[in-house]
Parts: sequence; structure tokens; C-alpha cells
Amino acid sequence: MSTPAAPASPEARGRIVAAAGPVVRAAGLPRLVVGEIVRVGPSRLLGEVINLQPDAATIQVYEETAGLRIGDPVEATGAPLRAWLGPGLLGATFDGLQRPLAALAAAGAWTLAPGLEAPALDPQRRWSFTTRRRAGEEVGPGDILGVVAEGPFEHRILVPPDTSAGRLRAIETGDVTVHEEIGRLATAAGDVPLRLAHAWPVRAIRPSGGRLGAGEPLVTGQRVLDTFFPVARGGTAVVPGGFGTGKTVLEQALARWSDADVVVYVGCGERGNEMASLLSEFVELVDPRTGGPLLARSVLIANTSNMPVAAREASVQLGATIAEYFRDQGYGVALLADSTSRWAEAMREISGRLEELPGEEGFPAYLGSRLAHFYERAGRVVAQGTPERTGSLTIVGAVSPPGGDFSEPVTQASLRLAGTFWALDTELAHARHFPAIGWTQSYSLYVEPLTRWYREEVGADWDERRTEAIALLARERQLLEIVQLVGPDALPDEDRVALEAARLLREAFLQQHALDPVDAARSPRVQLAMLRAVLAARAGLGAALASGMLLEQALEAPVLQELRRAKGWSGDDVEARLTALAARLASWDRPGVGPAAGAPPGEGSAP
Amino acid sequence: MTLSVRRLRGVERLAGPLLVVRRVPGVALGEEVLVRGRGGAVRHGQVLELDAEALVVQVYEGTAALDLGSTVVELTGGPFRLGVSAQMLGRVLDGRGRPIDGGPPIVPLRSADVNGRAINPSARASPEDFIETGISAIDLLDSLVRGQKLPIFTGAGLPADELAARIATGARVLGEERFVTIFAAMGTPRRVADFFRAAFESSGSLDRVALFLNLADDPAIERLLTPRCALTLAEHLAFDLGMQVLVVMTDVTNYGEALRELATAREEVPGRRGYPGYLYTDLATLFERAGRVHGRPGSLTVLPIVTMPDDDITHPIPDLTGYITEGQIVLSRELHGRAVFPPIDALPCLSRLMNAGIGEGKTRPEHRAVADQLYALYARGRELRRLVTVIGEAALSTAERRVLAFADLFETRFVGQGATRRSLDETFALAWQVLGELPREELIRVPTDVLDRFWRPANGGAANGRAREGGP
Ligand SMILES: Nc1ncnc2c1ncn2[C@@H]1O[C@H](COP(=O)(O)OP(=O)(O)O)[C@@H](O)[C@H]1O
Ligand SMILES: [Mg+2]
Repeated sequence: MSTPAAPASPEARGRIVAAAGPVVRAAGLPRLVVGEIVRVGPSRLLGEVINLQPDAATIQVYEETAGLRIGDPVEATGAPLRAWLGPGLLGATFDGLQRPLAALAAAGAWTLAPGLEAPALDPQRRWSFTTRRRAGEEVGPGDILGVVAEGPFEHRILVPPDTSAGRLRAIETGDVTVHEEIGRLATAAGDVPLRLAHAWPVRAIRPSGGRLGAGEPLVTGQRVLDTFFPVARGGTAVVPGGFGTGKTVLEQALARWSDADVVVYVGCGERGNEMASLLSEFVELVDPRTGGPLLARSVLIANTSNMPVAAREASVQLGATIAEYFRDQGYGVALLADSTSRWAEAMREISGRLEELPGEEGFPAYLGSRLAHFYERAGRVVAQGTPERTGSLTIVGAVSPPGGDFSEPVTQASLRLAGTFWALDTELAHARHFPAIGWTQSYSLYVEPLTRWYREEVGADWDERRTEAIALLARERQLLEIVQLVGPDALPDEDRVALEAARLLREAFLQQHALDPVDAARSPRVQLAMLRAVLAARAGLGAALASGMLLEQALEAPVLQELRRAKGWSGDDVEARLTALAARLASWDRPGVGPAAGAPPGEGSAP
Repeated sequence: MTLSVRRLRGVERLAGPLLVVRRVPGVALGEEVLVRGRGGAVRHGQVLELDAEALVVQVYEGTAALDLGSTVVELTGGPFRLGVSAQMLGRVLDGRGRPIDGGPPIVPLRSADVNGRAINPSARASPEDFIETGISAIDLLDSLVRGQKLPIFTGAGLPADELAARIATGARVLGEERFVTIFAAMGTPRRVADFFRAAFESSGSLDRVALFLNLADDPAIERLLTPRCALTLAEHLAFDLGMQVLVVMTDVTNYGEALRELATAREEVPGRRGYPGYLYTDLATLFERAGRVHGRPGSLTVLPIVTMPDDDITHPIPDLTGYITEGQIVLSRELHGRAVFPPIDALPCLSRLMNAGIGEGKTRPEHRAVADQLYALYARGRELRRLVTVIGEAALSTAERRVLAFADLFETRFVGQGATRRSLDETFALAWQVLGELPREELIRVPTDVLDRFWRPANGGAANGRAREGGP
């Protein structure tokens, strides 16, 4: 993060008067402001001023404090915590303080020593900048000055949002580093140099030209999400779940498959190995949209559970700032935060050290407002500046409730804020029903505004089929309660068919293995075709029983076997094959008979 | 710093594990101190807090029998460091790494801050080398890989120690040298420590094991140091010397309780059930030391044992452990009651790193599919078992009864392997035997070509035949 040269004036140096865990108190710095970054101790650890009293400042230190002594120096820097934004972000891995972890690892730093310093963006690397402006033009904040080709990605260079409007004195195409001048802007306040990179305070929401409503989904390729509980571009989703229920796998699936232009993935207080495997996969996986590696559209932030807690909060804010920066360029951005609970716990820990009055379960009273501020950063917006463009920032936050109990404060506070709730269910996970998203508890407030898009882009019957499927699952729940009491035999045929159809819906549609070579992500059209086939099976089974067949026999029909294995189908004709299968399933009343004449070949029934 | 003030008097408060003493300049946060009372042995402590007037010290041995007037606090000038060396293999050490086996003194190769340092996530190499533990339920369903942290969740009286000892002595990586094991006892009864020692001895691996013992009657707060010492040695062996290291820790629950004791003494705002809010972070600083590092040949695998108080998996210690570790092996009182060994309850078990370690070229190409199929059927069998207790078995369909029977067989034959060690081939053979009880059409998670190769009906076609038998 920003590391301006320390001013040497004597008022800018104080000393430590108290220290406990990540919190220190410093005296002798009368000019500090709340939120200012300070350098603590001989290793110049990064810290942030949390509050001020006449005689001392309270500072949270973002790094391990062991070894600090009373009397050690504390330096003011005059700046808040800032992120560096510019070419070089994509494909990088940072810690919560934007230190470039991959670059550090390459330089031999396989462990993280306190006080480690390295610039976020490579200061040596040259980028080929092509201007879209001419000297003499009037430009204002957010205007696109030109572009840098970052692999397949067009990185748009903006007039920073905090720069005033003015006349371009000079602007030039050329090969430059992030900190060299690409031009100068004459403003009322004087000349301002323009560069590829600028710094932005991580806690300040970047301005936009106005908010737009939900209109399109963020397509994730996950059936239970896109078809049942979609999230809008610019929307928010929370994913609570006990350990092992699939939060990380889901976040990573979104990082891989969602149709965002840029993905910012924040591993906040979670496992190092998860970040390592994500990183190595993203180097190899190809982004179907660009043909480049998936890493080329991704920014990874890794502040793992064993790294200092105070930096966890910074990591989430850093991620949001980088995400907003790409949104401002006119891109669709997904910010995936795993896990927001660890961030909230970091706040609790710091708050405890400050001896603040605790709220529910020891969390500080401002937990809700901090979470609100974070989720508020999502949105679909008209970007500030010209040319006109829209961008979106979708936030998906994982929540790790203690004991898997959703009544705890972080889950509850997040629920009040998010538009989509993907509730992970421990029992489903134990039964290996993945994604373990409980269909009874989960919801999406975006279904209505998105229905139009789905009808036009996916199928006119999308909402009907969706409603039908959800009703079938609700019916299953009621019926299972009856079965618990009296057994399945007591049910009328229609209900036994509903039970079997619901099972097909769960197994052949809702379950989707994240690592399946073909089924890991499906287009919304294929999703709908699969759903139609499952629902057709219900009609078909009903008809078979009506024609006198026994349910047990009917269930062995090859056409149902085909449906059960349809998740393995691949190729361009999957949708057509599913549609044909649906037709055969619906009209099927003579089980055991092979595919109807003229139907495309299925995978073949059991030999 | 000022070397003249190495010894402090003026102790102002003694309470449980805490000692407050008037401050002098130059004391560092985290510094190790020695505490001397009137007579008595030297105690050890660490500086937790510094403020304008005083410094707060945690005393590992507690403050019992100390007094304000005569207690002297001696500063050592730095954090607690452990001298580490491969010579520590084959040795028995106390909870802070001093030999207690009467052997020769250890000449350390280097010394290291026992708190370690976070591994740069970008320097981590993904764990992907399959470890054959010899336990079917683990090897096939929840495979362990080198560099993983995988706890055993157990209940009082369940045979977690036997299982851990079996894994520690039986684990193999194909064609590679054996593991060295670091055993860390935290508040463990001597009986348990003796059991592990005997297990290592009888498998002939005692010279490849270092035991760090903080036993039940050793100072409680010292337990906070024991796993850190064990991991510091493990890191040295793995990342400096390139060994494959397995760390077995027992019992994380005792560790958590020591942490709670300290937090309570500090009058901190408690989190869930009285445990400090930073329990998650604290445990993570232990477990995250597992892993592999690019460009270094060794690996550090951690196998912690966690006793779930009252068999409650939502208790903060197992809960937070599960949030940190890469899966969990869960033992079941019910299976234990039916004399199934190891009594592994497959459903709540998980290995998050399994997928990287199995499949073509590592174990078997069909590994994932077979595991998924066993899971799906067993989960369904358990669901039916619950149903049967209400409505009776007669109300089930033939197909359902078959799944029910499968679940029984899965538990008694597949999971319940008794004392034998099974190779992966034997484990797979047994899995196909159990799957042979079901008609192949029901094995929809397994690709048809795999079924063609491996599936054979039990008792020469009985499974298929039975499909029609006894229908309504
Ligand atoms: N969609 C999925 N497909 C297959 N397996 C899954 C899926 N989601 C979760 N899992 C399984 O569940 C395990 C735990 O998931 P993970 O996302 O790590 O849980 P959490 O982050 O909630 O603790 C994974 O290792 C994987 O085995
Ligand atoms: Mg996770």
C-alpha cells in the first residue's frame, strides 16, 4: 500500500508508551489524524491511527508486534491507508496491505517477516500506453485518457476521481512505467501530472456517475444459483455455512465460471493452501472468453488466518477498492470475499483490545454499519466521466457462523444487507449433495427484476419452470413428513411420483460437482433444458403409472437412466439432446422401449 | 538495550498465570523472562503487555507460592527460542523442548523463535502426494496428502489414540522414505503418552520420533508453548533438512482450555462459551504451519486430536478447528459401541485436499467416482435407517432394503477393518465387493466403462436377481 517517504520533521516522530497484542499507544505526535498510517518501531511496521486522546494516539498495527519496546519510534506519514491502482494489478497476488506476494516469493521471501516492504505495482515494468485524447482537450475526473493492453485485457487509464477538471497540457502515447508521466493537466489549482497509476484511500467509496437498477444476472454456470437463486450484476449475495459446507468451493467456482470481466478474490483469514491451489489453477485454466489464462482477469488478495489479524479488515477494503477501480473503467467485476466472518472477528479482537463496550457476542456495536458500508460498495453504475460506460460490482461474501448457527450476529447483519442468500446446509453437505445450498432457506430478491432477461435470453418458460420446480421441492418436504409417519406405501401414486421426481430434481439437476470436467458449469439455456427434462420425467412417470405400470418397474426405464446420466453429456448439441430427451420422457408410457424414432442418439442405455 | 536492568523487583500483582511488575525501559513485547521466587525452581514467562507503569507477564508454571516482596523477574533480552536439530529425533523432551530422557544434551544446529513465521501463500506448493494410511475409510473416502492438516474429532473414551498411532506408524508414500513423527502431548495423561511411545517402539520407529510431553500434571499454561516447540522442530526438519514430517498433537481441547484460563485471568471479554475471541486465530497460527513450500523438498503434515466435549461437534474447539483444518476425521460412539474399529463416521468426515492427491497416475483413475458412489449410497442408507426406526423395514421397497443392507455392510466390512492394515488395492477390492451388492444401474455416479471393468455382482448375479424378488 502507499508508502510515502517519511517526513523528517520532529513533530512527525513520537514514541511508544504502551503495547498489547496488535494495539500500541504512542505519544508525541500532536498532528496525527484518525485513519492516518504510521510507521511503528525500528522495523517500521505499518499501523493505523484508530483514535486520539490529548496525550496519546491509539494505533492498530498491521503486523506482528512481538519485539516492540516502550520508547520505540513511531512516525507519522500524513496519508491514510491507500491502494495503488494501475496496470499490473491483474494476475497479481497481494496481502491485505497490497504487498506483492508472488514477487516477494520470487525474490526468496518464503515466509513473511514483519516490516517487509515492496511496491505493489512493479516500478520498473514498462507498459505501452495509447492515448485517446489530444493536448488542449478538456477532461475531468473519471474520463478515459487512453488504454494499456494488459494481455488480452484493455486497461483503461482514467483521470483519478480526486483530480479536478482541466485542460490537457500534454498527453502522449508511449512506453512508460506506472509512475512516469503520460501527460499534464492544467487545473484551477495548478498543473497536475498524469500517470498510469494513482493511489486511492481504501476506506473511501469511489464516486460514480449514478446507480442503475438490477437488469442482468451475473451468470455463474451453477444451476442452483442461476436458475433458483440468481444474483444480479451489481448485486450482493451472502453465503453462510458451517465448516465444510462448500463456501470456498462455491466462491472459487464463481471465480472460475462467472461471466465477470474481472474477478477480485479476497481470501480473508482463511487457508494458505486454498490460495496456493487457486493460484496454480488460475495459471493453467483458460478463460473461455479471452483465450488467455484465467489469472489474467483476476486479482488475488491473500491474508490468511495465520497472518496478522488487523490486516484482515484492510484486505477486504483493498479488494473493494481494486474492484471499484475496474468497475469505473466500465467492466463487470465480481468481488468474492472468503470469509467476511474472519474480518468481523478481527474487528472484535481490536475492539476488545481497545476495551470498547462490546455488543452482541463481543462484536463491536459498529459491526452492522461496517458491513453495510462494505456491501454498499456493490452496484451497477454509470461510470463517472467520458466516454459513457456502465460498470458493475457484484459482491459475494462468505460467512462462517460458529457452530453453523445462522442466528449469530455476522450472519444476521449480512442478511439484512444482501439481495441474495445462499444458505449452505450441513446435512446436505454430509450427504454429499453439492452445492449444499438449502432450497428452503435460500432466496433471491433479484428474481423479479431479472425475469425479463431470462425470458428473453434463456426461454420464455423460465419463470414457470422455476416456480414449478420449487413447488415440487416444497411438496416433497410435506410428503416426506407424511412418509416419516406412515411409510411410502400409503401414498397415492401421484404423490409417489412427486417424490421420485423431486429426487430426480435433486440428483440430476441441483447437484453439480465443482470438479466435473463437463458439468462444473452450464449455460443458462442448458440449465433450463435440463430442468425441462426433469419436469417432463414427472409427467412421464405419472402417465406410466396411470397406464398400470408399477412404480418400481417404471423407475428402471432406460430413458430415466439416460436422464440420470445427462450431467455427463458434453458437446454443442447438449441442449438439443436434452430437449429431445424431455420429449421422450413426457410422452413415454411404454418403459423399456428404446429411443423414439428420429430422436438424436442418447448416451445409450445400460447394455 | 540497557543491560544493567536485567533483574526487576517490585512485583505488584500475582494472579493465576499473570504477574504484573513495575516497568523498566527496554522491555520487549513477547520477551521471555525468568521468574525466581523465594527458594523453588526458576519459572518461565513471557511479556504480554507493556504500559506506562507496568508490564504484564504470563508465567507458564503459574504464580502459586510466589510472593510480592521476594519475587525477581529476570529479562532475557529476546523471545523464547528453541534450539533445533535432527538429534532431537529419538528423544523425549518436556513441554518446552528440554530432554527428560536422561540422554546426552542436544547440540542445536540453530535456534528459532517458536512462534514461527507465516508462510508466504505465494510460496506454498499445493499438497498433492497421496499418503497411504492403511485405513480404508481414510484412503478411499477422505484421502490424506502430504502437507495437509487433518484432525481426528473424537469423544471421551473413543479410540482416537489407537487410530492416530496406526496412521503415524503405518503411513507410507509410495516409493518414498518413511515419515519422521513429532509427537506433542498437551495436558495428556501419562498413560496416553506411554501408549504412543510403546506404539512407536513396537513398530521399530522410535528413532524417527521426537516426543514433546506436557502431561496432565505439568503446568497448564506451558501447554501454549508445547505445540509451538513441536512445530518449530518440525519446520526445521521439513523445510531446512527436507524430511517428510508428521506432527501428531493431542489434545487440542486441553490447549484451548489453557488459552481460556489465560484469557480469563486477563479479564478479557469472552467470546463463545468463555473462550477468547482470538481462539480461531491462535489455533490457525499452529495449524497453518503445515504445508509444502516451492523449491523445498520436505513437507509438514499435521494430525491433531480434538476431543469434542460432550461429543458436541459445534463446541468452539472442534468447530474452530474444523474451520481451519483441511477436513476432519470424525469418530462415532455408536459405531464404537458396535465394536467397529476404527469407528469412523464417514458422513461428517472430509478431506478438502483429497482431489489433488488422487486419480490417474496418483491412486486410481476411478477413485473419485467410487468415493462419490460409496458416499451417496451410504448417506441414503443412513437416511433409510432413520426412517425404518419409525415405519419398520417392511414398508421399504426392495431397492431401498438393498441400500439399507449396503449401509450395514459398508460399516462392518469396509470401515470396520479391525487391526489389519489394508493396502490401497485391498481397499478398492473391498469397495467393489460391497458395491457388488447393488445392481449396476443404481451406481449412477460411476461411469459405465468403470462399471464394465470392476463391477461384479455379489454371489454371482444375486444382486440383479434380487431386484425383482419380493416386489409388491
Ligand atoms: N460443488 C461441489 N462439488 C463437489 N464437492 C464440493 C462442492 N462444494 C463443496 N464440496 C466438497 O466440500 C468440501 C468443503 O468445501 P469448502 O468449500 O472447502 O467448505 P467451506 O469453505 O464451507 O468450509 C470440499 O473440499 C469438497 O470436497
Ligand atoms: Mg472455506
